[in-house]
Amino acid sequence: MHPAPSVIIFTSFSGLGFGMLFWLGLGMPASTGFIAFVFFTIAYLLAVGGLLASTFHLGHPERALRAFTQWRTSWLSREAWTSVVTLLLMAAYGAGLVFFGTRIPLLGLIGAALSMLTVFTTAMIYTQMKTVPRWRHWTTPALFLTLSLGGGALLAGQVRFALPLLAIAGTLQLLAWIGGDKRLIQSGSNIATATGLGNLGTVRAFEPPHTGTNYLLREMVYVVARKHAARLRIIALVFGFGLPIILLSLPFSHIWALLAVLSHVGGLLALRWLFFAEAEHVVGLYYGRREAGRA
Amino acid sequence: MTELPASTERKLGLVIDLDTCVGCHACVVSCKGWNTENYGAPLSDQDAYGSNPSGTFLNRVHSYEIKPDQGVAKLVHFPKSCLHCEDAPCVTVCPTGASYKRSEDGIVLVNEDACIGCGLCAWACPYGARELDATEGVMKKCTLCVDRIYNENLPEEDRQPACVRTCPAGARHFGDLGDPNSEVSQLVEKRGGFDLMPEQGTRPVNKYLPPRPKDVEPEIDILAPYLEPVADDTKGWLGWLDKTLSALPGGDR
Ligand code: SF4
Ligand code: SF4
Repeated sequence: MHPAPSVIIFTSFSGLGFGMLFWLGLGMPASTGFIAFVFFTIAYLLAVGGLLASTFHLGHPERALRAFTQWRTSWLSREAWTSVVTLLLMAAYGAGLVFFGTRIPLLGLIGAALSMLTVFTTAMIYTQMKTVPRWRHWTTPALFLTLSLGGGALLAGQVRFALPLLAIAGTLQLLAWIGGDKRLIQSGSNIATATGLGNLGTVRAFEPPHTGTNYLLREMVYVVARKHAARLRIIALVFGFGLPIILLSLPFSHIWALLAVLSHVGGLLALRWLFFAEAEHVVGLYYGRREAGRA
Repeated sequence: MTELPASTERKLGLVIDLDTCVGCHACVVSCKGWNTENYGAPLSDQDAYGSNPSGTFLNRVHSYEIKPDQGVAKLVHFPKSCLHCEDAPCVTVCPTGASYKRSEDGIVLVNEDACIGCGLCAWACPYGARELDATEGVMKKCTLCVDRIYNENLPEEDRQPACVRTCPAGARHFGDLGDPNSEVSQLVEKRGGFDLMPEQGTRPVNKYLPPRPKDVEPEIDILAPYLEPVADDTKGWLGWLDKTLSALPGGDR
């Protein structure tokens, strides 16, 4: 799939923002007044900024309100609802902390739960795609959630939780890669089933329907060199998890913490780039990707 | 509404004969021609006469080579457009309700005025049947020429999809696949019509007919008996010449 900057920024930053809101909702850190204001501002900039970035890839952003109508079937529509409700609720909760110095624990708790529900709906947009076997697996929502919780804990200064969560996220990522590399073949879709001609012999794409490129190839048949992907995976693991875990294990200092955050965000962006770039859509089979064609 | 109808009164769709299709792309052109000036936004092209042309099409023809275990490879031309699936994943993912499946005839359509151009439906379709128009920012797909098949302003014989009307080889058939007695259903029955990527669980309405097995002509060569070599072992001067020449580099020995 095409690794569009708008979706990479959207999923990464809104995940971090809602992860931060989760911890703030639980009262960790239990700050009020100006400190709370700073924390909430960062969380909202990330969450709202990410959501705004996602509208850049729309053909008609001015009609975005319509996306609230189909929550019965559409995960994107559900995400629209959960994100807006969460942001409104947490704004009320944050206002209590910032302006009145009071914490309404129940409101925070509901907001925290909704924050994770929002991240879950985002993950389900991808997980539901039967056409992208790499995504259609429990590790996708599990990874989105742990990355959001871990990154959120890191930003909210909850080192105690950030450490194990980042370690879990790193492990899940490895699992997702190992399993994901085989999943297209395991899905049973190949050029033989795509054309239905596999019982007649070995099928090979002879000629594409067009001389130039098209929307399908640009959007869904993105090809990464395996060499680059392998290198990027290592970079993402080191910066996303390894370095932050080491930095957080050192005696606490704001410099280390800041470096840990920067390193994690860099690693996260690389992870998300790979999440899209490495995901193969079955439509590529019609164009002769992964040819191995017999029924 | 992006909830799928439990069932549709009719299942209008296409039957595409891979045995007859000659790969002329006439259906592609007629489809683009009709649909760029009728239902919804036109089908735009980018850099049409430049070095990197690209454009929106609702129907495209691939070509595949099939190599059997024995005998020669064959070429199959493979037109592909929306299959108007019964369990259309493109419809249920749509956040706006722009994508829908009609309960009366099963046609899957996009209400372009409601489409936000998120592209999710194109991701959900396994067949690459949806393309987001680069100029209009809305999703385009085959409408089964909904503006022809019910159009009483057109002469009777034109009330079928443009691709079907155009195909010079008669490789495309249009009808109600929900009616087991319809001509298209009979054709599917007789020729062993099949679904594309059944494992995706989309239950496509459109069916494909497999290429018929080619009969192998027995080798009859009426001149062969007269051309049989008179002698197998050459002697004398010609025999010597044959042996000598064959022994040279590039000779057949
Ligand atoms: S072929 Fe693709 S666009 Fe058409 S109904 Fe099926 S899933 Fe939807
Ligand atoms: S691109 Fe349009 S039709 Fe497709 S899912 Fe998005 S809003 Fe619906």
